[in-house]
Amino acid sequence: MSAPTARRIEFIAVAVIATQLIVVFPLLNSAGVISDFTLNLWGKYLCYALLAISVDLLWGYTGLLSLGQALFFSLGGYMLGMHLMRMIGDLGQYKKPIPDFLIFLGWTELPTFWKPFSSFPFAAAMVVLLPGLVALVFGFLAFRSRIKGVYFSILTQALTYGGSLMFFRNDLLMGGNNGFTDYKFLLGADVRDASTQRALFIATAVTLVLVYLGCSWLSRTKLGLIQRAIRDGENRVLFSGYAAAGFKLFIFVVAALIASVGGALYVPQVGIINPSEMTPDKSLEAVVWVAVGGRGTLVGPVIGAIVVNALKSWATRAYPDLWLFFLGGMFIVVVLLLPGGIVSLPGRLKTWWARRTAASAETAAPVAS
Amino acid sequence: MTTPREKTHLILTVEGVNKTFDGFKAITNLNFYLNRGELRTVIGPNGAGKSTFFDLITGRTKPDTGKIEFGWDTDLTALNEYEINRLGIGRKFQTPSVYGDHSVWENLLLSLKGPRGVFATLFHRTRSEQRDRIDELLTLIRLDAKRDWLAGQLAHGEKQWLEIGMLLAQDPQVLLVDEPAAGMTDDETHRTGELLLSLAGQHSIVVVEHDMAFVKQIARDGKVTVLHQGTVLCEGKFDEVQSDTKVREVYLGRGKHGTR
Repeated sequence: MSAPTARRIEFIAVAVIATQLIVVFPLLNSAGVISDFTLNLWGKYLCYALLAISVDLLWGYTGLLSLGQALFFSLGGYMLGMHLMRMIGDLGQYKKPIPDFLIFLGWTELPTFWKPFSSFPFAAAMVVLLPGLVALVFGFLAFRSRIKGVYFSILTQALTYGGSLMFFRNDLLMGGNNGFTDYKFLLGADVRDASTQRALFIATAVTLVLVYLGCSWLSRTKLGLIQRAIRDGENRVLFSGYAAAGFKLFIFVVAALIASVGGALYVPQVGIINPSEMTPDKSLEAVVWVAVGGRGTLVGPVIGAIVVNALKSWATRAYPDLWLFFLGGMFIVVVLLLPGGIVSLPGRLKTWWARRTAASAETAAPVAS
Repeated sequence: MTTPREKTHLILTVEGVNKTFDGFKAITNLNFYLNRGELRTVIGPNGAGKSTFFDLITGRTKPDTGKIEFGWDTDLTALNEYEINRLGIGRKFQTPSVYGDHSVWENLLLSLKGPRGVFATLFHRTRSEQRDRIDELLTLIRLDAKRDWLAGQLAHGEKQWLEIGMLLAQDPQVLLVDEPAAGMTDDETHRTGELLLSLAGQHSIVVVEHDMAFVKQIARDGKVTVLHQGTVLCEGKFDEVQSDTKVREVYLGRGKHGTR
């Protein structure tokens, strides 16, 4: 199959799935065929798919296993969460114009850094700026010092762990271990309304499609080639005149932004954000989604995020104690038996089938991989 | 000491360089001068410091003392790998270093001379003269028929050729070539030698090699440098070097054909 044909097939598949998600699902929901609960659940999966793409852009495409993507996801969520907290107005438990947890901590007035978050455009800008800035500074220092491989993973894991410890503290004034919840309004609409949730679902689906197309374009540019060249032979890249650190930094920031936007869409749909979303095991879960779906592809992380989380939704209800064993087992099985993940299955079956037919025809024709 | 006038002919100057790794003296008081357009062969037993020598020139490691200069007065010790490469010093590694998951064509595209910045590559469009240049290189390295193959699927010798092609795509002034003939058949080795000889003149080339037949082929009347324990043991034409008693003792005397 030639590259243009493959691209046309990919384009058609994306168009079909995009229409499903953006048009058909919400229509079925408003007609009552798909329950609000199911739609909301899928909205969550799609946010996770954004996080998974963010992990894969670094791990699968650049060879950088970042265990810190949960931090960027949560930071995006927190930035929008601050706006949502402001939109509660005086409808909180204490009936005061500032968030309840601040009253509880003894504040009577809004801390200065909270004030601009009353504006949605400001909060939306911060969803991009804050995680972007954190990624830029951290990435600059890490890549300039040529931190690679397992050291990069450990450092990013420490970054997100540090973030969670910080957000657990009450004196950061970000809600401590309870985080933010009890949202009421977003852009004038009641977030608890089915129609608002449907709009959020559509927004998430549109974002996912755009991110997918953007990453697909990126992977076809020369920069995309260099990205994978860094993964396969960083020395050759350096000795070919490319400042590998600059390319890694660019990808790291882009990945952080994708995770962050995913987090910002996630928070109004699940109705809560707290520091446990930032812990390293959340990042690790996202790594498992990518591994299960198939890293180094763009479909893989999306499929992985949906399949693993759908399984999680079922297993945590049916066998709540066994879920982590499921997750770990799945990871082991994929690593040992299916390193290419779910997306490599069709190709593997084809090879297997070709080998089988070749063997039965008693020819020694080699099978193209 | 060389006079400034003589120095203008030099493209690489390595003087009084020392490098120690954890107490192990990898390079000791190394002096090495390369003229513009020269094809120099460097031989020496394993551990003589040949790869470290390349590492020092290309910025992978920094010398403890001594100077390394490019052309008239560019101090290479202050620059890193990609800056040195952009000046026009290309390197081929001992084990072929190509991008295994990219096609042969893409490997060459990434090596072509041109802007190296993040945004320049993001919005890069391959121009027709670049395609022509890649076609030319593909013919030269005889991988025309395999242009769409993944580099990882090539045979060892072909990878070596691809890497040489990638080096030429950069159009460097200086080519540092580490064991180009390793893993090649005699015929391929000979062709590699022809290629290197044809490049001398327009490019300045340093070849590190073990294969004595190959060294003899490319050295011709040119200089051969023998490294031993991180320093230059002797320098001269192939026959002179081969008959040098010191060289015979440390190197040639060991086996029929050096270490191979």
